[in-house]
Amino acid sequence: MASANPLALREQFDTAAQQKDASVLAMWIFLVTEIMFFGGLFLAYTAYRSFYPEVFGAASRTLSATIGAVNTAVLLTSSYTMVLAVRAAQKGSRKALIWFLILTMIFGTVFLGVKAYEWHEKFVEHHVPGPSFHLEGEPLQGQAQLFFSLYFAMTGLHALHMVVGMGIMTVMTWRAWLGRFNADYYTPIDVAGLYWHFVDVIWIFLFPLLYLIDRHVPK
Amino acid sequence: MITAALEEREHYLNASYGLKSWLLTKDHKRIALLYLGTITLFFALGGLFATMIRIELLTPQPDLVSSETYNKLFTMHGVIMVFLFLVPSIPATLGNFFLPIMIGAKDLAFPKLNLLSWYLLVAGGLCTLGAMFAGGVDTGWTFYTPYSSTYSNTYVIATALGIFIAGFSSILTGLNFIVTVHRMRAPGMTWFRLPLFVWSNYATSLIMVLGTPVLAVTILLVGCERLFHIGIFDPALGGDPVLFQHMFWFYSHPAVYIMVLPGMGVVSELVATFSRKRVFGYGFVAFSSVAIAVLGFLVWGHHLFVSGQSVYAGMVFSFLSYFVAVPSAIKVFNWTATLYKGSISYDTPMLYAFGFIGLFTMGGLTGLFLAALGIDVHVTDTYFVVAHFHYIMVGGTLMAYLGGMHYWWPKMTGRMYPEGWAKLSALVVFLGFNLTFFPQFVLGYLGMPRRYHVYPPEFQVLHVMSTAGASVLAVGYLMPLVYFLWSLRYGKLAPANPWGATGLEWQTSSPPPTHNFEEPPVVTHEAYDFAALLEEAQVG
Amino acid sequence: MSEHIDSIKTYTLIFLALLALTFITSTVAYIDLGPLNIVVALVIAVTKMLLVALFFMHVRYSTKLTKIVVAGGLLWLAILLLLTMADFVSRGWLAGT
Repeated sequence: MASANPLALREQFDTAAQQKDASVLAMWIFLVTEIMFFGGLFLAYTAYRSFYPEVFGAASRTLSATIGAVNTAVLLTSSYTMVLAVRAAQKGSRKALIWFLILTMIFGTVFLGVKAYEWHEKFVEHHVPGPSFHLEGEPLQGQAQLFFSLYFAMTGLHALHMVVGMGIMTVMTWRAWLGRFNADYYTPIDVAGLYWHFVDVIWIFLFPLLYLIDRHVPK
Repeated sequence: MITAALEEREHYLNASYGLKSWLLTKDHKRIALLYLGTITLFFALGGLFATMIRIELLTPQPDLVSSETYNKLFTMHGVIMVFLFLVPSIPATLGNFFLPIMIGAKDLAFPKLNLLSWYLLVAGGLCTLGAMFAGGVDTGWTFYTPYSSTYSNTYVIATALGIFIAGFSSILTGLNFIVTVHRMRAPGMTWFRLPLFVWSNYATSLIMVLGTPVLAVTILLVGCERLFHIGIFDPALGGDPVLFQHMFWFYSHPAVYIMVLPGMGVVSELVATFSRKRVFGYGFVAFSSVAIAVLGFLVWGHHLFVSGQSVYAGMVFSFLSYFVAVPSAIKVFNWTATLYKGSISYDTPMLYAFGFIGLFTMGGLTGLFLAALGIDVHVTDTYFVVAHFHYIMVGGTLMAYLGGMHYWWPKMTGRMYPEGWAKLSALVVFLGFNLTFFPQFVLGYLGMPRRYHVYPPEFQVLHVMSTAGASVLAVGYLMPLVYFLWSLRYGKLAPANPWGATGLEWQTSSPPPTHNFEEPPVVTHEAYDFAALLEEAQVG
Repeated sequence: MSEHIDSIKTYTLIFLALLALTFITSTVAYIDLGPLNIVVALVIAVTKMLLVALFFMHVRYSTKLTKIVVAGGLLWLAILLLLTMADFVSRGWLAGT
């Protein structure tokens, strides 16, 4: 990824603007593929929730909405520091860029930590799909398991994207440390930011769908 | 491979030597040749399975293979041909080679990504082949649940993983093409000066980017279900197998257009060049590619007419399916209109183009039969369906692919192939194809179901005809392989523009230099402007 | 290229708005609105998505092409969801089953 001279134009391009435009467009198209990738899971969730609204409601209420909300706030904060990192890059401020990238990674780690805690609770409560699955007081165990299968598939793939994002941020921080970016060349930061915000947006939908929409029915 | 006469001038083939210069190349032309070699191998393998299927079907009894083996044979034939040959075929070879040159670019926007795409295809292919050697898979290329997720005890996960990986190859190729067409066009190369081959590859890329991720996640869920028994598609736990079919066909129906759209692009080039005329209704043909890409996403439910899908959804999907016929027909009519009063020459590529137009029309029209709910209930899962999609994929895509290979071979290698043999091969392929697949329409209509190797004796005559046709077809496919290889050493040297064609790829030398053009091209006229070409020749 | 650089104040305001929306959606979820609960939750989620996309992802200042790509992605997601759900929703309609 890193070239000797970051300002050097790769040979297939004519101008720096063309190179930047191409990279940003490519990232947006990649994000569209991600929309469709998660789209399959959103479809499965929508379909099965419409089949079994009561079971999905009961299963959903076993999740902690407070933890979900706090984690949402953590992730939004990481997006905030990310956008400030991009802004620092635009301004050519190396030090601020590095600090904001590190902050972004810290909030990302906190999010993953909370997520890991939640998953651990599922193991303890036997809410992990498999032979030992059991949801208390639910006659339709199979359908309840379906909710948790989708829960793990969706949050798991989201977390995987977070982990990839953390890897990208580590590389970006390293390259920023080496002074590879300046006000004229910061495309990788820009593109990495798009990815990070996108992962945030996925969570913005996962949070209400998995945690919230069945809260109002009294326990 | 390269003789002294060619060695004098530096071009992409002699710019560097050695295995490393190929395996680490970033040159889109070399990557195209890597793809060409790879998919030719996959095609041969898929063809081998087809051969065994056809031999088994010679008699009504099971004699060559057992039922289990037969299930694996048609599965591996389908998986290899669809995911490892047809999907990458034209875009990854001819598209990779010529799309940048046709728009006057030095390369694709992301050459390393392009190389990565090839490695992903190879990795996905090896994974699939590994599953095959370990014992194969018997679910059919469609992997319908719950058979694939719960009951089949063959190598489903390994095969699915191979398709998953190959899918990313396809996504990255599509992404690369889209960005390249948007950002890398030469000065003066406006959207409406693009050759129609570029338009159709652009439309194909849209489908790759929008559809393939859904297949990826579907396969992922099937894999998880097999490994952890989580019940997403398992009725015992409340899952719905039909949801799998929706998700699978959301990709796999548009994937049919991934396969055929690039072929349509090739045919547009061939018809223009060998009629010496601008393609009639250029704008309509260009937009019909995009229209096919878009409409293709609205019709997948016609694969689910007998699956338990709601009748009302079936009606909507049936209705929408007819709309795809409109842009497809626009293309066929416009190609025909281009021929009118054209100065037609019957070179080999043009013969393949004629073959494409005829066979694609047959395949398309029988598709309309199948889109009609009532008829489809009668012929679902019969040889009628098999014949229909082979008319599109083999009669359409493969004819166009061979036509394109003959058309651009002189440009890619700098050598001419023997025209007489090539014409003969085009004829043999056309006859062999029809003898193989036309009887299958009849078989299907009479009630012969697909995926069975035992059948009532009264069907034998038609099956024997089909197998005889397949033998002829095999000869037709082997011939180009032989004379193409022969031409690398003994073929006449190709001039820059052997066909008198327009298009930027014919303005650079054969084979092109590494950066495609000696001078960065500036485009001053529309595509297929034969008058301007003539003027330039006279001035020059 | 003329890059638009937003002020820290703008970003902070958007960030606070996102936090506020998270709080609102979490609170409203406990009030019984009947079928409107889903609607409210999704409207808030879409609002948050728009804020992130328009400001944090700079779609507001992006080229028309970027906007088309984003809209196209969402449209295709809608096709996937709507046409599939059209099947599931209408299955029970036949002959009073």
